[in-house]
This record gives sequence, C-alpha cells and structure tokens, in this order.
Amino acid sequence: MTGYEWIIPVILTVITAATPLVFAGIGELVTEKSGVLNLGIEGMMLVGAVTAFVTATVTGNYILAVIAAAGAGAFMAFLFGILTLSLMANQVATGLALTLFGVGISALIGQDFVGQPVQAISKLDIAGLSDLPIVGQILFGQDALVYLSFIMAIGVSWFLYKTKAGLILRAVGDSHDSAHSIGYSVVTIRYFAVMFGGAMSGIGGAYLSLVYTPMWAENMTAGRGWIALALIVFATWKPSLVVVGAYMFGGITILQLHAQAAGFDVPSQILSMLPYVATIVVLVIISKDESRIRKHAPACIGKIFHPAA
Amino acid sequence: MSDTGSSTSAQQPRLELKGITKSYPGVLANDHIDLKILPGEIHALLGENGAGKSTLVKIIYGALKADSGTISWNGERIDISNPHAARKLGIGMIFQHFSLFEAMTVAENIALSMPGRQNMAKLSKRIVEISENYGLPLQPDRQVHTLSVGEKQRIEIVRCLLQSPKLLIMDEPTSVLTPQEAEKMFLTLRRLSEEGVSILYISHKLDEIKALCHKATIMRAGKYISECDPTIETAKSLAEMMIGTDLRAPKHNDTGERGSVRLKVHNLSLDSNDQFGVDLNLINFEVRSGEILGIAGVAGNGQVELLEVLSGEALSKKPEEILFENKPIGNLGPSLRRKQGIAFVPEDRLGHGSVPEMSLVDNAFLSAYDQKQLINNGFIDRKKTKQFAKEIVENFDVRTAGVSHAANSLSGGNLQKFIVGREMLQDPQLIIIAHPTWGVDAGAAAAIHQAIIDLAAKGAAILVVSQDLDELFAISNRMAVIAEGRLSVGRNVQELSIEEIGLLMGGTTGSASQKEFESVV
Amino acid sequence: MLFKIEKRPEASQLMVYATPIFALILTILTGSFLFHFLGVDPVEGLRNFFVKPIDNTYGATELFVKATPLILCAIGLSVGFRANVWNIGAEGQLTMGAIVGGGVFVYFHDVDSVFLLPIMIVMGAIGGALWAAIPAFLKTRFNANEILTSLMLVYVALLVLSLLVHGSWRDPDGFNFPESRIFSESATMPILIEGTRLHFGTILALLAVLGTWIMLSKTLIGFQIKVIGAAPKAGGYAGFSQKKIVWFSLLFGGAMAGIAGLSEVAGPVGQLLPSISPGYGFTAIIVAFLGRLHPVGIIFAGLLMALTYLGGETAQINLGLPVAVTGVFQGMVLFFLLACDVLVNFRIRFTLFGKAVS
Repeated sequence: MTGYEWIIPVILTVITAATPLVFAGIGELVTEKSGVLNLGIEGMMLVGAVTAFVTATVTGNYILAVIAAAGAGAFMAFLFGILTLSLMANQVATGLALTLFGVGISALIGQDFVGQPVQAISKLDIAGLSDLPIVGQILFGQDALVYLSFIMAIGVSWFLYKTKAGLILRAVGDSHDSAHSIGYSVVTIRYFAVMFGGAMSGIGGAYLSLVYTPMWAENMTAGRGWIALALIVFATWKPSLVVVGAYMFGGITILQLHAQAAGFDVPSQILSMLPYVATIVVLVIISKDESRIRKHAPACIGKIFHPAA
Repeated sequence: MSDTGSSTSAQQPRLELKGITKSYPGVLANDHIDLKILPGEIHALLGENGAGKSTLVKIIYGALKADSGTISWNGERIDISNPHAARKLGIGMIFQHFSLFEAMTVAENIALSMPGRQNMAKLSKRIVEISENYGLPLQPDRQVHTLSVGEKQRIEIVRCLLQSPKLLIMDEPTSVLTPQEAEKMFLTLRRLSEEGVSILYISHKLDEIKALCHKATIMRAGKYISECDPTIETAKSLAEMMIGTDLRAPKHNDTGERGSVRLKVHNLSLDSNDQFGVDLNLINFEVRSGEILGIAGVAGNGQVELLEVLSGEALSKKPEEILFENKPIGNLGPSLRRKQGIAFVPEDRLGHGSVPEMSLVDNAFLSAYDQKQLINNGFIDRKKTKQFAKEIVENFDVRTAGVSHAANSLSGGNLQKFIVGREMLQDPQLIIIAHPTWGVDAGAAAAIHQAIIDLAAKGAAILVVSQDLDELFAISNRMAVIAEGRLSVGRNVQELSIEEIGLLMGGTTGSASQKEFESVV
Repeated sequence: MLFKIEKRPEASQLMVYATPIFALILTILTGSFLFHFLGVDPVEGLRNFFVKPIDNTYGATELFVKATPLILCAIGLSVGFRANVWNIGAEGQLTMGAIVGGGVFVYFHDVDSVFLLPIMIVMGAIGGALWAAIPAFLKTRFNANEILTSLMLVYVALLVLSLLVHGSWRDPDGFNFPESRIFSESATMPILIEGTRLHFGTILALLAVLGTWIMLSKTLIGFQIKVIGAAPKAGGYAGFSQKKIVWFSLLFGGAMAGIAGLSEVAGPVGQLLPSISPGYGFTAIIVAFLGRLHPVGIIFAGLLMALTYLGGETAQINLGLPVAVTGVFQGMVLFFLLACDVLVNFRIRFTLFGKAVS
C-alpha cells in the first residue's frame, strides 16, 4: 500500500488549510445573504485568533478558547453593525476600518504572546474508526472543529432554504424595502446575520492559531479573510460551493508549501504568490459573466437601508 | 357594541378615522383627516400627488403612527401599531410600489407575508384555488422576476385575499394596468364588495372613481376637503375639489404645419442587457419638426430600452437604425448626440437627470456644458454656469432657495421644471422626454405641458414617452403604443380612442392589433 | 428608543467640517481609557503620543517626513474614492513604485547624473500606475471587483520585493543581507533642511495636493469623477464614460502611490529592503477619509496620522508601550469618523417619554 500513502498527509494538511476558510466563508455568506457586505473578515479572524490563543495559553481550556474567539468575532461584528446598520455608515469603508482596527488590536493583545508555543487541539477518534486504512484518519480522525465546520455548512444550508427564518433573511437581502413594508425588522435581522458572520470568522481565526500553526504571530491570517470574500463570489452565494472553494484554495496553499519543501526549483516567493494569483483568476472567471452574478447575488448587498419612510 | 339607534345610517362603519394628524419636519402631511368606510363599501380616497393620501394610508396600515387623532374598527377604538397588527385585524394593503422579492417564487413571496410557518405544498394549492376563483390566475412556482407587472400585482392581491381581509386598501392600482386589465380587476373588486369586503381605493383617476366607487373622500394639501358621492358628482366638480383651482387645458397653437423629418427610427431591434428587461423588436417611427409624438405603454414594455438607445446611453446594432436629419447616429454616445442638437429628459429626475447631492449650478453644467460653452481653456467657467442655472430658474419658475442649493432640496415638481428647462434652453432640434409629469404637482405639470407645446410651436420635434394616457391625449399630435418591445403605427390623436389604445397596450396578441404592430419597412 | 434619527432636508456643511474634530475628541477619550488599561497615566500617555514627538525642530520635520508618503497615497486614493473606485492596493502600488524606480538605480548605480533622480521618480510613478492598471483592466474588461484584485496584488508585490532583495538585486557588498545597494547621492532625494530628514518628497506631495485640487474643482475630468461617484446613471446620461474614469482613478492613484514608494526608498530608507513601509498604503485610506476626500483636508489628516506613527514610537521609548498602539489609534479614528458621519445627513433628536425633544 505504499504507492499512494503519501496522499494521506497531503489531504490532512489540505483539510487544516481549508477549514478556516470554510468557517469565514460560511459566516460571511449568511451576512451577505441578508444584504450586508462586511469586508472586515480579516480583522475579525485576527481578533478571533489572538483571543483563542491567549485564552488557551492562560486557561488551558480549548473549548473556552473557541467560544471566546467566537464571542470576540461577534463583538467586532457588532461594532460593525452599529456603524452600518444603526448609524447608516458606508459598508465598504466601515469594513476596511474593521480590518485595520482588528489588525491593530490583535497585535496589541498578542504583544506578550508572540512566539510562545501552545499545544494544538487534539484530533478526535470518532467511533474508534480512525485506524481504518486510508480513509480512517481522514474521515474519523480530525479535530472537533473540522467536524464543526461541516455541521455549520450543512446547518446554514438547511437554515437558509428549509426554514421560514432563513426565507425571511434571504428576503431581507433581496429587497429590504419590501421586507420592511411587510413588517419585518430589517435591522434586527441584519444584526444577527452580521454577528453570526463575526462569530464564524472568529472561530476560523481560532483554528489558525490553535491548529494550523499553533502559535500567535501578527497578521497571521495573511489575506485569508480577503480570499474568503472571493470564495463567496466564486460559490455564487451557495453554501455547498463555499466548502468546495475553500478546499480548492486549501489545496493550492498546501501544494505550494509542499512544492517549496520538496525543493522545487522555483523561488519560494513565486510559489507563495499562488494562492493570491489564483484568487484573482477565480474572481475574473466568475465575474466575467455579469448576468450570473446579478442572478445570484443578493440584490441589496452593500446598499444602506434607510428605515425612514 | 351598542348601536346609536338613529335610523339614517344604521350601519356601523368598519373603519372610522377622526382628526388624524401627522407632521414631518417642514410639512404637515395630514391635518385632522376624517374618514368613514362602511362594510362592503368601495370608498375612494381622492387627491393629487402630495395631498397626503399615502401618509394617511400608511397610518391605517400600521406602518406609521399618527401624531394625534383616533382610529375605530367596527366601533371600537384601536391602536394599529404595526403591519402585523393591521393584518391581524383583517386589513390588507396593496401598494403602488410592490413589496415583492424578485429572486423568489410566487409561493415564497406569499409565505413571507403570512405569519408563522407554512406548509409550502398546501400553500401552493390554496394560491391556485383562490387566484383562479377570483379571476387572477397565478402559478406558485414561477420566479417573480419573470412575471409581467399586471401579474405581479395579482400576487399582491392574492396575498391579501388568502388572509380573508375585511378591508382591502389599494393604492393607485390601475397605474400599471391596461384599460382592459383594469376592467377585469373592477369585476374582482365588485365581487369582493358584494361579499362584504370594504375597499379603500386610492386614486386620482376621476373616470375610474365615478365608475367604481360608492363614496369618495377628497384630500388636498394635507387637508380634508369633503366626502361625496362620486356617482352624482361630475368629473369636473371632483377635479375642482381635488385641485382647488380652475382647470385649464393646455393651449395648443397647433397650426398643423409639419416640417421635415427630424428623427427616424428604422427597424430598430435590440436585446436588453438586463436579464429582467424587454428586447426591442423592429421599432419604426418618425418625428417631424413642430410635431409632438406620444408613446404610450404600461411600464415594463421596452420603454427603458428604447429611451436608452435614443439617448445614446445604449448603442444600436447598426448606426442607420437611428437617423437624425438623415444622418445615422445609432453609434454615437450621449455627448455626440447632444452636439447634433438632441436633448433628453430621463425618467428619474434624482440620480439620472440630476445628481441629487450636487447644486443646481453643477446640475446645469451636467448636460449643457458643451451646448452652452461652459468650458473655457480647459477650465470650468463657474460664472457662466451660474448664470445659466439662474436663467433656467427664472424662465421656468423653479421655486428654490437659490442655485447653490442641492438638487434634492427641491420638490419633485420644481426639480422636474429645472431639468426640463435645462434641456429646452439648449435650443434642441429634437427633445425626448420620459414621463414628464410623473409625481409632479398639478401646477408644475401644467407648466411643463405648456412648455412642451410652446417648444413644438417653435419648430422642435418632440417625443414624449409616458404611462399617463390623459397627459398624452392632452399634448400629443400623434400617438403610438409600445408593448412587449414592439411599437404600433403612429396615428393622429383625433382618430384614436382610449379603447383602441388600451387594446394596443395590452399586447400584440389579438387579430385587430396584430396589423398595427406589423413592421413598416 | 432613547433617540430618533431624522433625515436633514439638506446635508449639513457645518457637520462636514465638524465631524473629523468630533472623531478626534472621541479617539482621544477612548485612548485615555486604553492608556489607563495598559497601566500608563492617561495624561502622560496622551502627551507622549501627541505632543512630545513634535516639540522640537527635528520632531516637527519628522512629522512631514512621515506625512509625505501618507499624503501622496491619500491624494491618489481620494480621487478614486470620489468616483466610487475602491483602490485598496495602494500599499502594493507603493511597493512597485519603489521597485521600478529603485530598480533604475540598481541597474545604473554607477551613473552620476542630475537626471538620475528625476528619471527614478517618473519610473516610480509608472511602476505604481502599471500595478494599478491590472485591477483597472480586470474591472473594466471582466467586471472583477477592484477591492479584492488590488488587495491580492499587495501580497504579490511584497513577494516580488522579497524575491528581488533576496536574489538578483542583493547588494554584493552587503554581507548577504537581503537588501539592495545603498542609494548614491544622485539617486537620493535632496534634503531640504540641514540636519533633518526633511526631503524633496514633501515638496512633491504638496505639488500633488495642489494639482489634484485644481483638477477636481476646475476641470471637466474632475467634474466627471465626482458625478460618476455620486450618481453613475447621471454620469451615463451626461455621456461620461465609467470605464474611462475607472482607468483614470486607478492609474492616478497608482502613480501617486508609486511616487510615494520611490520617495521613501530614495529618501529616509535609502535602499530597497524587504519591508519599506509600515503600512502607509493602508493608513492612507484613513487619511483620505479623515480628510473628507478633500486635498486640503488630506494635508491635515496626513499630518495627524503621521503624528500617530511618531507618537507610537515615542510612547514606546518613554513609556514602554507596545508599538501596536499606533495601529489601534488609527483604526479608532476611522471608526469614530464613520460613526460621527451620520450627523452630516441626519439629525439626532433625543426623545423623552415618547415625545420628541430636539
């Protein structure tokens, strides 16, 4: 069985690379489905990462760490909500402000923790099946957050398309004026959507600092928040495709790392560019078809809601 | 609830408003309004744009709270705190601007307006039942954006009917219907009235109100004027109560002389770049100097696409499909068309015809900088532009605090006068105007109509695209109808009746109208 | 509800000028709490942050040195933002300007000519503009969102810089450190005041501000930019080309950022290094907003943000505060500014017991 055994570690690393993107992407998808564009994912992920790391280092309780990260992300999203939903500020500028602020505050909080190692979240052993050949480790031997990411993706899909509440949320994103005149509280619904997105980004960040590279470093998201935004466009706002996209990007990230490690005769910097160039290529391919975007994008995305009349 | 016992009107009003008052910063929208609707009554709320009808109705529907006054339902004093509460009482509202979700199905749209969870299969069945029962058939699984405007309105109506309303409020319902579709809807309304449903019918169309309604309450400038019986009033007396001044039809100085052909559109076909849009199909027409051609049609039949390709915001496939004084211009952008002497007044005055946050001076510069030579050595000539803006304000009686104020500080009528004035003062050979008096008060509307007629008398060729048949009949010399992207043959206004126009507006099916739409090569 | 938000009949001009000041006051107040939380006396903290850095001549000139790249980038970005073109990649365009302009020196390092620096400046502008041309092309041709494309290119630009200074552009006399040769005199920005680092780049920044002000207020293209940003349909109606404005905004922004990048490496930094900017391209976004997208406002905002950089360094040296405080202050300013901005178009009325009391 030694022929293809090398695939297993690669797949395992792809999973760890993809999982933060799944969390951030699914969270922002819900936000965008409600009609809000939150560009602050990078900032929320960083705050989540540092919060999780500090909590884990100080308390040793990983569950608490993840919850804290979700809470921190949700809090940042709440600030975003106050500005864009209650004070009607421009969503693009506020999202950027959120990212800049998140970069700054996470660096500040993480000051004393740079370079400290922490134990990664342990892998589980679902039903004792992780010893199965090939698929054992991949399917049954992941850490809890990986399974959570899939549960979240399925849960969001069910919520959006099979429940009344999800229907209402999608309606708010389609036409906030119509939703308002029917009597739905557009602002309240959007607050929930935005904070859910923040919580998910926070968990995505926690995954980075507790599993992917179990440590804290300034700016450790390295643009993943922005990639998550591109992913959602690539997935035409469908949860299942967000997961697919996340794994594709995880794949590209891992492949170029392995290529660097394998001593490929290409400068490491060029290989490191791959994920970013791939993001641009993907965006171009999807955006080219304007009508497709318009058909699937929530019609109200980014528009400010004026509850006045 | 105990009856008063008096014999004359023994019936308990279903809805009674007394002294309803609502103000906004700077405007008193409702000033002590009274309204009484009996069960099964079709009651008109009559008033022109800006009279305060929408505000009053929003208060009834729970979307707004009155500052003072009382609302009684079946004799009991109540407080309608939000639309959910209104629906629970049995009040159904059909807005002029639909509250629909384009990317969702008919069934999903209706489910959204109902409380709690729905079994979608059961709901779809009920939708089919009720819609067919009342003569407004709907398919539950169609995505809303694929429906025509008339069909979309059906969703709004059926959505209300599913909740067994006691009072149905309809805001300008026929503004989006052909005369034939309107007749069908009247049948539905009469049937509901016989079943005991009260209907509050908001409109400014006097003929409809006389034909349909039992009673009418008239509002003007936020004030309650009177309640009357429209079946015994004349259209003129109703209009006088509504507008308050003597009515004067615009004066035509029509010598009947027509000059050369200024604009000729020849076999114009164009695919809409909007996936919800309408493709244009072999459009043919001409406009001569001194002539006003009116194009009628219900919104959503290709007007947007036609206006875009005429203004140059969209280009035609072949330049010769649009000829100006026999020169092909179909491939020219707006600036080059303006250079030829063509002016445009677009449909939306805020955001399209003007930049809302910019001053009137800047907005004067917007379309006139070339024709009026407002650029000097590469720099904007502020003084000259300001002068031009002032000229527009003076000549077209634009009420404003000053030309350095923003466009969005003007009322609808005044901004429209400004935009029309800006275009007309460029001395165009051809002017294309979309919906000239939509949402504009009667005084400004009259002024704009007069300006259009005067401009034609001076020799300009004028094309007016509008949904308002009364307006088109009043000012056009010839009329054509656009339906589903095709244009009927233009005919003299004197030879046309509203019936014929209505049929044409309904579409290209039906043998009588088919011939009208055959292309003229 | 404790308060009601009501639309004003017209945008308040007073508030347009007042809100940056409100934002500042709120930032200072929050900053005091932050200092207290970090174990530092708030007054001392504020003094070290805002006053100490500039209480001598050298400090005052340092303010302009730091403000120069901020103002250059911000003036370029402001033109784009007015047109609703969201160039977030100024940091990458700045880097490319440094690379292309600095690259001229790397290849002509032994040329001693008075034309060397001017050529470097022009090439810096071209480098930045070309890097911004990529998102412009992708947006106009493929409808790709410029926020994401320009941002991804920041990471690419930084990797290109890293590649070059680790590789073919490494200083042969540099002991194998990842850095280029140190720029010669004819490739260095002339110093304006003896004994300080104040250099010619500041003059370029001020000229850029003046030129942009003239362009925006007095020329047709300035008018087109404003219209396309405020009401794109009206722009189409007027015959203005959206695509042309997108190209212009991005190329202009890229060129300004490119000059900023070149001014840094030919000025205070003196050579090409893996890191030549502490995030000027991103801070410039804050400068642009704080300055209300107005050339004069940008000068003041640029100086203020430059002060936060100096303040962070001073506070670190004197009070042991982490340097990350700078980033937090900058983010806070933008947050508060966006929050206070509501006052421009809306009025806040406090309601007691359901009745509105103004």
